[in-house]
Amino acid sequence: MGASQTRTVHKYQDLADKTGFSLEQIKNLYQRFQHLSGNEETISRDNLESIPALANNPIRKQIIAAFFDKRNQHQDEVGSCNEIGFEQFLMVMSHFRPPNAKTTEEEKEAMRKEKLRFLFNMHDTNNDGTITLVEYRKVVEELLSNSGDIGQEAAKAIADAAMLEVASTNVPHMGPEDFYAGITFEHFEQILEGLEMESRMHIRFLDVNTATMRCGKSQS
Amino acid sequence: MGTSASFEARTKVFCMLLLLLLCCFGGKCELQESKPSATTTLKPLENEFNKPQAFPDEEAASLPVFTMDYPRIQVPFEFTLWVLLASFAKIGFHIYHKITIWIPESCLLISIGLIVGAIMHSVKEEPPAVLNSNVFFLYMLPPIVLDNGYFMPTRPFFENGGTVLWYAVVGTLWNSIGIGLSLFAICQFEVFGVQDINLQENLLFASIISAVDPVAALNVFEDIGVNEQIYIVIFGEGLFNDAVTVVLYNMFTFLADLPVVESTDVFLGVARFFVVAAGGLLFGLLFGFVAAFTTRFTHNVRQIEPLFVFMYSYLAYLVAECFSISSVLAIITCAITMKYYVEENVSQRSCTTIRHVVKMLATVSETLIFFFLGVVTITTEHEWNWAYILFTLLFAFVWRGFGILVLTQIINPFRTIQFTFKDQFGLAYGGLRGAVCFALVFTLPDTINRKNLFVTASIAVIIFTVFLQGISIRPIVEYMKIRKTNKDLNTINVEVHSRVMEHVVCGIEDLCGQWSHYYWKDKFKKFNDHVLRRILIRDNRAESSIVALYKKLELQNAIGLLDTPMGDISAAPSIVSLYDERKEASRPKKKFLAADVRKMHDILSNNMYKIRQKTMAYTNKYNLPDDTRTREILIRRHASIRRSLRAESFRDPPSQNIGKSQKYYSLQPGGDLENAFALRRRSHGASGSQSSSSRSLVPMRRLNTIKESGSAGKQPAASAHPHSPPPGVDVLEEREPGSLAGPSLIGRRVPASRSHISDQIDGDEDPDESEHTGEREEAPEPPRGWVPDNQGLRNNGAGNPLLRPPSQGAWGSDH
Repeated sequence: MGASQTRTVHKYQDLADKTGFSLEQIKNLYQRFQHLSGNEETISRDNLESIPALANNPIRKQIIAAFFDKRNQHQDEVGSCNEIGFEQFLMVMSHFRPPNAKTTEEEKEAMRKEKLRFLFNMHDTNNDGTITLVEYRKVVEELLSNSGDIGQEAAKAIADAAMLEVASTNVPHMGPEDFYAGITFEHFEQILEGLEMESRMHIRFLDVNTATMRCGKSQS
Repeated sequence: MGTSASFEARTKVFCMLLLLLLCCFGGKCELQESKPSATTTLKPLENEFNKPQAFPDEEAASLPVFTMDYPRIQVPFEFTLWVLLASFAKIGFHIYHKITIWIPESCLLISIGLIVGAIMHSVKEEPPAVLNSNVFFLYMLPPIVLDNGYFMPTRPFFENGGTVLWYAVVGTLWNSIGIGLSLFAICQFEVFGVQDINLQENLLFASIISAVDPVAALNVFEDIGVNEQIYIVIFGEGLFNDAVTVVLYNMFTFLADLPVVESTDVFLGVARFFVVAAGGLLFGLLFGFVAAFTTRFTHNVRQIEPLFVFMYSYLAYLVAECFSISSVLAIITCAITMKYYVEENVSQRSCTTIRHVVKMLATVSETLIFFFLGVVTITTEHEWNWAYILFTLLFAFVWRGFGILVLTQIINPFRTIQFTFKDQFGLAYGGLRGAVCFALVFTLPDTINRKNLFVTASIAVIIFTVFLQGISIRPIVEYMKIRKTNKDLNTINVEVHSRVMEHVVCGIEDLCGQWSHYYWKDKFKKFNDHVLRRILIRDNRAESSIVALYKKLELQNAIGLLDTPMGDISAAPSIVSLYDERKEASRPKKKFLAADVRKMHDILSNNMYKIRQKTMAYTNKYNLPDDTRTREILIRRHASIRRSLRAESFRDPPSQNIGKSQKYYSLQPGGDLENAFALRRRSHGASGSQSSSSRSLVPMRRLNTIKESGSAGKQPAASAHPHSPPPGVDVLEEREPGSLAGPSLIGRRVPASRSHISDQIDGDEDPDESEHTGEREEAPEPPRGWVPDNQGLRNNGAGNPLLRPPSQGAWGSDH
């Protein structure tokens, strides 16, 4: 018991260094991970899709896909995997760490970029570095998927308008021959430039696990 | 009387002059002229002379032609004059609006009040006895609070709800008790000569003083766009500490009368505090939902729709006041609750009316209070006690700063985004005291023995904070570089992506099994969509905010087109630039002749209305003309413009030909539109007015070509229109060899299309023709809500070139 304890602590420390989470947070997340995976080492898509709370989320599929996307796991690989371990799970989660008082401006900028990259990857499903109109439409369609038929139709118009917006702000002088292939990451950054990201895309990961607070003793 | 009109007019003028003279001499005017209406106001002296009867016998016998009853109208009359005076002042310093950037409006109002007060004082005039406790609580306060509640940014408020309430409730209590106790300690010193102020009175005074009124700070924060969190905290604090203050105020006025305060009284006071707050919330919710439910049925009586908002919120206020629970909280809750549903139920116009009236009432009320503050400062008797006033100032300042510091340390660990020291300074420094504070102290009951001292001290605090802090807050905040946010990002992309972000965060939280406000927001949204909207909203299709924004932008776009006859049409795709366009639209670069304008209107209306709708229903005096239909048409037309723009920018592969008129719309932004017009004008020589009037129409006609092209066979043969196929297919049969060439050709092609368009317009002026086009253009069923005009897009479906993979070659994109 003692040996495994130190081993896990060591492992956690390793992960904490990598992802920036605190040990308590990692412990909590690990419990959640085990809960989701049914005490397996890895987690699969089906595990995530069966979360009841997620059922109403219009972009459920994209969120789940983001977890299995290798681009989000700080590796220089592309493509997606079918199962992820706890480390990958943490890696994806670490995109949502809020800045604390000690974060410097450059780090904040890097975090912002990272978060934007996460979003971008989510939209860029085929991983060619651009969000094409088809992909954009898909996103908006999913977003409006709760609104019924109207949503379907409006989604196209809105995606088109949004695409036009990007094209007109980023490439103001297009020749007639030019074709706006899609939103590149630079353009993506550009259009969201003024948007304050510091209050978005953050999750306050709990230090104390509220869900398992009462059974905390039995586990330790 | 003369027969000619001029003579009659001259007689009238003469008679009036005569009357004026007679009145000035104090005579009783009994001229048997037939113009009583012109003279009723000209007799201010009647009362003073106590019936000076020049012709007493006649007076007794005949009906008096001129009478005056000033006392009857005195109160509303003077009130009107005061409001007018204050409004003039407001106009005055907004003319020169550099002033209001550097000096908050409240300062200016107080200054003007001071000047007026000085004048009144010098002529020994009493200030109007308008402001007493009842008037303030029943008439002046509700509009101010309603305005705050109605325009509260709901989303950030609920995201920061805990913090806001923390600062508002605990902060106000902290301030009241802190200041009260410290002042009581000061009162124990014999040197200062204020020993007769007991603890209750000190606490009462402190509770009045601790109400911050951050209007000036908010204006500054909004101008420089500080981050949302600190903005909403200040906003919410100002909102809810009114509620807290009023509760405390009532409690302490009650306690101040008691000779001995027992401990049970204190406990009862605490219990009462909660009853009062909960009761206010409850009544607010109740009336809010009732109001929302009522507006569900008002679509046939549009003209009284706005009334419900005011009546119900006022009712909530009054009922709460009747049970002496927090009426402020009631009206705020009511406004917040009903706003969302009411604005969906009522028509666009009613919505605008509601917003304007709410703002107007609040502005009037606040202006008046500040104005009175200035007047009262001069005209009342003051009891000046250096020590007490200076210590009040000091404590108000210190406790505020200290309170923010301590409270932030407590709340920060619970916040995702923590307040930095800069934010805290902004919060503390933004704590100006204002209108409510003054009104509360001024309406203190006379049983308080040192009321005058309290009034003086409050005025000192208000003037000190409003002037010193109010003026200096802008430079300081700018200098400190408090984190800012960009609030004017009204682009579709931003909206879409913020939505995505919210959903992502919500989803990830669900994955982690954590709950935060996103979780509750999700749950509430579900409840709202499934239950509340069904009950409260007539047309209860759930609408995403993205769609709402899109609609809004489209509407603005459409209105922009209407407003901007010269508008830079080619810039339409850039929605960002729309705002600039709208601004520019207010001052067109060239002036039109009146005839031109009229003609434009004619043509516009011909094209926009169905012809039979031109006889508008003004017949019923209780009804407003309904122009929603027009607007819908306009929007739909506009949507098709956009589609055509899109068609050029994305859809058409260059290998396909582009119709002349379509090509026209693909001018480069700010491109050679003017050239085109110049050419056109030259070609039409004398008919200059025609050309400029039809210019405004370009967007309108544009639609036509698109829509009609669907039924191209029906086009008049004489039309110079290229035989254009349905846009859904996007293949033009007629190929122009030059169409592949660059933009240089576009300019040349434009004149042709211009003349074509104006030909069509000329045709449209023929009523038959226009009726015909009207019928053809409109969808068979009346527009209901926003029927997205996606006919073309839908038709495009799979065969849409837009969906073609980029590998097939570049798409034409030439705007």
